[in-house]
Amino acid sequence: MLGISRKKKISYVVNLAIVILLYLVFTMLIRQGIVNSYYSDIMNMMCINIIMAVSLNLVTGLLGQLVLGHAGFMLVGAYTAGLFTIHSGLPLPVAFPIALVLGGLVAAIFGVIIGVPALRLKGDYLAIITLGFGEIIRVIANNLTITNGAKGLYGIDSLNSRHNLTAMFTYIFFIAVLTIFISFTFGTSRHGRAVISIREDEIAAEASGINTTYYKLLAFILAAFFAGVAGGLYAHQIGLIDPSKFDFNRSVEILVMVVLGGMGSITGSIISAGVLTILPEALRGFASYRMLLYSIVLICVMLFRPTGLLGRSEFSLMKTVDKIRGAVKGKKQDPASNKEG
Amino acid sequence: MSVLETKNLGIAFGGLQALEDVHFSINEGEIIGLIGPNGAGKTTVFNLLTDVYMPTQGVIELDGNNIVGKKTYQITQNGIARTFQNIRLFKDATVIDNVKIAMNSQMKYSVLAGMFRLPSYRREEKAVSKRAHELLEVFNLDGYAHDSAKNLPYGKQRKLEIARALATNPKVLLLDEPAAGMNPTETMELMETIMLIRDKFHVAILLIEHDMNFVMGICEHIVVLDYGRIIAEGTAEEVRSDPKVIAAYLGGE
Repeated sequence: MLGISRKKKISYVVNLAIVILLYLVFTMLIRQGIVNSYYSDIMNMMCINIIMAVSLNLVTGLLGQLVLGHAGFMLVGAYTAGLFTIHSGLPLPVAFPIALVLGGLVAAIFGVIIGVPALRLKGDYLAIITLGFGEIIRVIANNLTITNGAKGLYGIDSLNSRHNLTAMFTYIFFIAVLTIFISFTFGTSRHGRAVISIREDEIAAEASGINTTYYKLLAFILAAFFAGVAGGLYAHQIGLIDPSKFDFNRSVEILVMVVLGGMGSITGSIISAGVLTILPEALRGFASYRMLLYSIVLICVMLFRPTGLLGRSEFSLMKTVDKIRGAVKGKKQDPASNKEG
Repeated sequence: MSVLETKNLGIAFGGLQALEDVHFSINEGEIIGLIGPNGAGKTTVFNLLTDVYMPTQGVIELDGNNIVGKKTYQITQNGIARTFQNIRLFKDATVIDNVKIAMNSQMKYSVLAGMFRLPSYRREEKAVSKRAHELLEVFNLDGYAHDSAKNLPYGKQRKLEIARALATNPKVLLLDEPAAGMNPTETMELMETIMLIRDKFHVAILLIEHDMNFVMGICEHIVVLDYGRIIAEGTAEEVRSDPKVIAAYLGGE
């Protein structure tokens, strides 16, 4: 037992070190101008998509429910945060974090409003309800004056300035890390186990003393909260939001990330969110064949890995090191070849 | 003093009276068998006790309190645990997690404590982990603790389901055909396990079973259902020789 807990501690420290290292390397690259704003924007979008995918994974992977309206929560968060920073009159560095939390909270409230009636249903039925929600939210945002209708909300300032090119990246990166951390710790706490038990067998969960309604709602609200925060980040990242950015396609895009990475696998979601953000950009050279190639990649993955890249397992640095050590018995191991997703 | 008692319990699905006037009581440490031909309403009794169905008449008293109308999970938390006719494990979860999930309602730490690994999380998880291992040991499942539940052989899956039910700290344990699909050796082993549970955990056990050797060998008291009514009850001997029971099973005049 002692060995396991020590290993856990080492693994925490190693992961933390990698996170900090990654951050330092990227900020340095941005500051030095080696990574230009085009690439750093892609990187930010990647982190935002990671937050979206990891949060959707809480519902789709952990709770095992199909949700097709995740972009709806993102929209709520984006507009809440955007409106707050525009109208609050507070200086941006102060207003920004408050706006993010507010965006998350309002999205979570919407999560409750949708979740209470919707979570009585499961599978296809829940998918259609959430699909309906996503569309309703979008149509409402399209028609309200406060959201500036279809013209969209503009003038949402980015934290980045000429002197500080990495402010947005810092926020987005660390919130993504926090999201990953929390969804991992949540998944391995008693609450996460209860949520998983509902996925596995709802009747047995209820018979084991699990208040299934409560835990379903909990997972749903948590996912909505993070989607709201991601929306807030997104609004400030691109500066102009309009309802069409949060349509059905967006929800599907995020769902694809989760399914492709393996439903229930956090690291899978991270990897596939990363790949699927970069892929369309990397394929720009192919002009109009771009979406064709993108779709072929999706089809191939699903044909050859129907459970997604990682299935339900997690990529773990320590386990990989152990495996390599086992494979290269006797030889000293060079850890430089390992990568963190 | 009886732990669980039903009075005048019944349920009608539309015009069909599935159960009528079912009354029995169980004392602590007692093993009661519920038998009857197919379709007699045995599993329906379990479903009424655990609020899968709402009874249309009668009361169910657990420690003297009426539990009719409480939710399934509340009933479990109050002390009635069950297993299922067709095994319902959390298949993709590990064996030990199956047990820990059932201990969830005995843990108190908050969502935030779990997310940020606060001391209450560490303390309670450690305690629960220890208890879960102990429980698995009783069933000789400790060696499989970190395997997926779905990878266990059939007999062990049945045992795990019982272990999971016991993890909720029940006063009454409902076993729905625990010996179904088992070979004679496994059945013998199961009988011993059930006796052990009764002695070690001081629970009252109500079980449904078709294997008559099993029922006659283990139950102090047997209740026979047919067409939703109790047609006989008593010791194994009394029930075996009751003409009404023989008629129900073999067909009468």
